[in-house]
Amino acid sequence: MTPLDYDFLRKLLKERSGLDLSADKQYLVESRLIPLARRAGLPGIAELVAKIKAGAEKLTSDVVEAMTTNETFFFRDKIPFDHLREAILPALVQARASRRSLRIWCAASSTGQEPYSIAMCVKEFAALSGWRVEIVATDLSQEVLEKSKAGIYSQFEVQRGLPIHMLVKYFTQTGELWQLNADIRAMVQHRQLNLLQDFSHLGTFDVIFCRNVLIYFDQDTKAGIFDRLSRMLEPDGVLALGAAESVVGISDAFKPYADRRGLYRLNTERAARAGVSAAMPQVLKLVGAR
Amino acid sequence: MRTCLVVDDSSVIRKVARRILEGLDFQIVEAEDGEKALEVCKRGLPDAILLDWNMPVMDGYEFLGALRRMPGGDQPKVVFCTTENDVAHIARALHAGANEYIMKPFDKDIVTAKFQEVGLI
Repeated sequence: MTPLDYDFLRKLLKERSGLDLSADKQYLVESRLIPLARRAGLPGIAELVAKIKAGAEKLTSDVVEAMTTNETFFFRDKIPFDHLREAILPALVQARASRRSLRIWCAASSTGQEPYSIAMCVKEFAALSGWRVEIVATDLSQEVLEKSKAGIYSQFEVQRGLPIHMLVKYFTQTGELWQLNADIRAMVQHRQLNLLQDFSHLGTFDVIFCRNVLIYFDQDTKAGIFDRLSRMLEPDGVLALGAAESVVGISDAFKPYADRRGLYRLNTERAARAGVSAAMPQVLKLVGAR
Repeated sequence: MRTCLVVDDSSVIRKVARRILEGLDFQIVEAEDGEKALEVCKRGLPDAILLDWNMPVMDGYEFLGALRRMPGGDQPKVVFCTTENDVAHIARALHAGANEYIMKPFDKDIVTAKFQEVGLI
């Protein structure tokens, strides 16, 4: 790949998806785009770039999808889901007792393992029985959303992070594939969404999982997304980030929960300055979060 | 250091499993069938057992039943690791006292995830 082609692709990806590739990631681009070029009947990346420059829109979106589709698995990192079961859901059951409904957003949901992990946690949480729980899964890529909607996973995929008793309880086997049962699939709504664009139409959420996606954006883009996420979270809501992600040094829109790694709440001082709300309860205090 | 008994009639699988589990800081003991695995357990119970299903002399399912009936035999975490990948076998294994279940083929990520799941890592 020539430096010029690489620069073109970097700019294209930044503009379309926010993906911020450093100068030394040619190998990553080649490993993902050479197979794509071959599938499109093109000999290599130079020809792929030429087609994109000529206005091949479908190919352009295929390139963006190929570069932004990232690894995911059920109950990834385990701890955020422990937090969900042990702190967030118990607290919200108390805080939302009168309205008996919850909204959870899984941003950058990829092939569905994260929103379905959340759905299984909700299903197992007896106190939420009879509640209206909306889980909204969004991703930039229509292709991964289609896979997510189908809820069909390989033997390899269901063995990474998914406890065996949950596989038996919530999946149906078809040969070497496993499909999530319809009741779990029905708990998740799928929508295509680019985090770089306005997402205020989704409404507000009690919990936002935005994990392992902001890591690919530059600082300004991250700060902008944090700012917009803060307007999507209920005043006492909880934001969950990935293990390698943080707001520290990027945005003052959120503050970390000291003893719940990866969880954040709205920064009350900042919100008060902006005149959003005079009093913001911290939902996790309701259950005596450490 | 924790111990893991690897029970499989395939020396290749035992070797692969040993390499993965030693990388996870386990001390490995090997057995090629359920009967030999029981002898190992009578001498001293391991912390974990990675257990094949189909083996000569005594299969993994029979071994698991015998283990769980031994004094202290409820302590080791047992992770089946087998080509029996249908839900009926999985359900039988869980009913007999297995803690987790790996469907072959497997890799380091799967073994790590399953051992984490049962609290061994």
